[in-house]
Amino acid sequence: MADQYKTKKKNPKIKEKDSFVIKLAGDSGDGMQLAGTLFSDVAAVLGNDLFTFPDYPAEIRAPHNTLAGVSGFQVQIGKEKIFFPGDLCDLLIAMNPASLKTNLKWVKPGGIIIVDSDTFNDKAFKKCGYQSNPLEDGSLDVYRLIKVPVSSMTRESLPRRDISAKAADRSRNMFVLGFVTYLLNQSLDTTFKFLGKKFSSKPSLLEINKSILVAGFNFADSPGQALTTYKVPKANLKKGRYRNITGNVATAWGLLAAAERSGRPLFLGSYPITPATEIMTEMAQNKALGAKTFQAEDEIAGICSAIGASYTGSLAVTTTSGPGFSLKSEAIGLAVMTELPLVIVNVQRAGPSTGMPTKSEQSDLLQALWGRNGECPAIVMAASTPANCFYYAYEAAKISMEHMTPVILLTDGYLGNGSELFRIPAISTLPEINPPRAKANDPNYRPYKRNPENLVRQWAFPGTEGLRHRVGGLEKTDIYGIVSTDPQNHQMMVQIRESKVRKVADSIPLQKIEGKETGDLLVVSWGGTEGSIRTAIRKMQNDGKNIGHAHFNHIFPLPLNTGKILGNYKKVIVCELNNGQFVKYLRSELPGINYLQYNKIQGMPFFVGELIEKFNHILETTRHDR
Amino acid sequence: MIDNRILQSETALNKEDFTNDQMVKWCPGCGSHGVLKAVENVFPQIGYKKENFVFVSGIGCSSRFPYYVNTYGIHGIHGRAMAIATGVKLSNPGLSVWIATGDGDSMAIGGNHFIHIIRRNLDVNILLFNNQIYGLTKGQYSPTTPIGSITRTSPHGTIEHPFVTAGLVLGAQGTFFARVLDSNIKMMTGVMSEAAGHDGTAVVEILQNCIIYADKTHAPITDKETKDDYQLHLKHGEPMLYGKNKEKGIQLKGTKLQGVVVGLNGVELEDILIHDQYEKNPGIHRMLGKMGPPDLPVALGVIRSAEFETYDDMVEIQLESVRELSKIKCVDELLNSGETFDIE
Repeated sequence: MADQYKTKKKNPKIKEKDSFVIKLAGDSGDGMQLAGTLFSDVAAVLGNDLFTFPDYPAEIRAPHNTLAGVSGFQVQIGKEKIFFPGDLCDLLIAMNPASLKTNLKWVKPGGIIIVDSDTFNDKAFKKCGYQSNPLEDGSLDVYRLIKVPVSSMTRESLPRRDISAKAADRSRNMFVLGFVTYLLNQSLDTTFKFLGKKFSSKPSLLEINKSILVAGFNFADSPGQALTTYKVPKANLKKGRYRNITGNVATAWGLLAAAERSGRPLFLGSYPITPATEIMTEMAQNKALGAKTFQAEDEIAGICSAIGASYTGSLAVTTTSGPGFSLKSEAIGLAVMTELPLVIVNVQRAGPSTGMPTKSEQSDLLQALWGRNGECPAIVMAASTPANCFYYAYEAAKISMEHMTPVILLTDGYLGNGSELFRIPAISTLPEINPPRAKANDPNYRPYKRNPENLVRQWAFPGTEGLRHRVGGLEKTDIYGIVSTDPQNHQMMVQIRESKVRKVADSIPLQKIEGKETGDLLVVSWGGTEGSIRTAIRKMQNDGKNIGHAHFNHIFPLPLNTGKILGNYKKVIVCELNNGQFVKYLRSELPGINYLQYNKIQGMPFFVGELIEKFNHILETTRHDR
Repeated sequence: MIDNRILQSETALNKEDFTNDQMVKWCPGCGSHGVLKAVENVFPQIGYKKENFVFVSGIGCSSRFPYYVNTYGIHGIHGRAMAIATGVKLSNPGLSVWIATGDGDSMAIGGNHFIHIIRRNLDVNILLFNNQIYGLTKGQYSPTTPIGSITRTSPHGTIEHPFVTAGLVLGAQGTFFARVLDSNIKMMTGVMSEAAGHDGTAVVEILQNCIIYADKTHAPITDKETKDDYQLHLKHGEPMLYGKNKEKGIQLKGTKLQGVVVGLNGVELEDILIHDQYEKNPGIHRMLGKMGPPDLPVALGVIRSAEFETYDDMVEIQLESVRELSKIKCVDELLNSGETFDIE
């Protein structure tokens, strides 16, 4: 039964679309993340580019059918490079009234809404605050509403009678997925393949899920529906092998790659925190590659164990999010003072304090730059797409080891949990990593003797003959590393540490501009906002607007050409998901430019629509200024 | 088992191999000087290559220790020595890792790391200088300051119940606990040697005198007139006898330890408890650890030295077994594992 479904459609009305945005929303136990992931994997195999973003509540299983418990998964598939999960959806799947209520504002006018009509009853309306039945009161008139009795159809589609209704309800996501598979002209065979792997050890669950998938597909194909279906043509992707990857997994893999390439074993000391935990869990999966993952008793022990491991010769990493990053501040100072390599990954979330743990924000930038006691410079960089977390994690590790300094890598919840297609590189094509290791029994070794070119000291591992030395948080003399409170020495050491970090600018790429070298408006951004901003800029450039985009991944130090780039445009606007932190930093590092700013602090990404509106408004006033 | 991984020195070492040219800046008369002497005595005896010793510390008078001994060393931040040392040992299990910490560093600001390193039974040696006071910040009470003590921050007497270090260590499932006096270098040397030989977290509590801020804080135990009645020197396999002529002994009566006089009230030598430091059940060790004046002597020497698996061993064993089973041997294979697809 499970394998029998119709591949020929009676109703072949197919509309071709360049891109399509789907959001699946249900209770946090409804399996929306699984259904969304399966859909995305299938789309990828069928050749679409894509970008996904899960939107889930902090509570693991909030009360049923309440607004607080709604879990969502959004994916945009396209025939061209997709940079973000999309502003508004073409299709919303709402598994209950609460999911509809929370997500209706994200549906395009005229978009499709599929609801599980079985869940729309007075009790449910009361629980989520609907005064009347939204399916009947005309409030959805501007959308294409498709009422599907998902719950009852799922129960009717079970392959055997000995399955409880409760167990059946857990597979409602498969009925919906079958329906969407039909709607988007995907193939069920590919979905079966993925399901088969997922449930390889649970054949009875596989049987149930397959039956229900087919039922959903066939239901969509039934004559009563007469649906218009959609097809997104294959994307023209660069030749190569691809996979779908989240930012957190890409971060872990980038670090593993750096460990392998540098020959330094990886040590990760971390404490679980949303939304950074997946980097640690991913690392723990890869012990076979020699990665030692230490789940510490707290955030401080996480970073301190990493510092100990760094002193001992490991590529040392600690991963966290905002509140944990605050706790690590003092220890980052120790790593700066001891001039040891250390990668600190902060998967930012909305703050302050506990804030909104599952929502994204870019508000830890100033803390990363300046949130420590004393003059305490550390490298700050930021990844900007889920896939490039791999490359920036790799680069963070490279800079950290080669320059003997802590590097703070900022990502965010949106990048960490979001996914996109990743073109798999060969590790041998990545740049070499050459840590400045001290040679055994080198009579000239001194703990704070430096390479005159980049001011980097050597790395001497315990156990190596002839290099015994002590490091610590107290100020030391240059070269010899003896504890010292000498006034002149302190000032010199402060300046050396600052210069050492600033000199990293010599070895990072120059800042690129999307667009012309000069123009009316330069949009400046950093970190996780690249996708939506770039999409907006491309649209405007296609419309002939004289607009450019400089997206920063290197923040401290800034690329050497930054001042020049910013000065070549009539107006500069800095867009951030915070109250204006990068702009504050640019004003101090590169004064003399009139920076405009656009800030959003809603735990949400930028929308392309709102960006275009804002930029157009500025371009209008620029014209008036003339 | 782990010690096999720490390389032995090919040549005989002596004290000078571990002394360096740094000026020792502890107060004259400070108990830390004795500890430094004991370490300089015991490191050559242990016999590891001198490059394989690492000293890690936090903050406080005692935490300056790494600067005064010629080994690899990290002087860390307040309370975090145990966490830093964890990274050192896990990163290279072939190192002999020593931690210098004080009562404030380990049991106040670093209390969390202290109990967790012990719980994991990481193979490190902790020298805990307990002078019952904050010395470097000039005389505030610590988590071990006796209740009622007048200090800078308790001008009317402390109203906090102090930790008994042994209670905390054994409560955290400690596998090795010893207590020594800073004035007894011979005892310290012997105990440190046993600590080094123990696989697992070895805590050596040093009852230390702070001549400036808490002079004679351990007085009833250390005073000439009273010390015989208040010091019980434990030796494995021997009866727990004390007193000027070893006429007194420790007896288990019901669920309590009692001090008795051998030959009095029908007490015979065989009624006296025999010390078994290797017993896995910590019951008697806990009682011994918490015992003290005015009714009973303080137990000195190795109270507990029980064999359990160490964390660092288990890390290595697990890593090895996972490596053998895994099909993925390098990052290229990881990147190409699972769901991938080719674009032509």
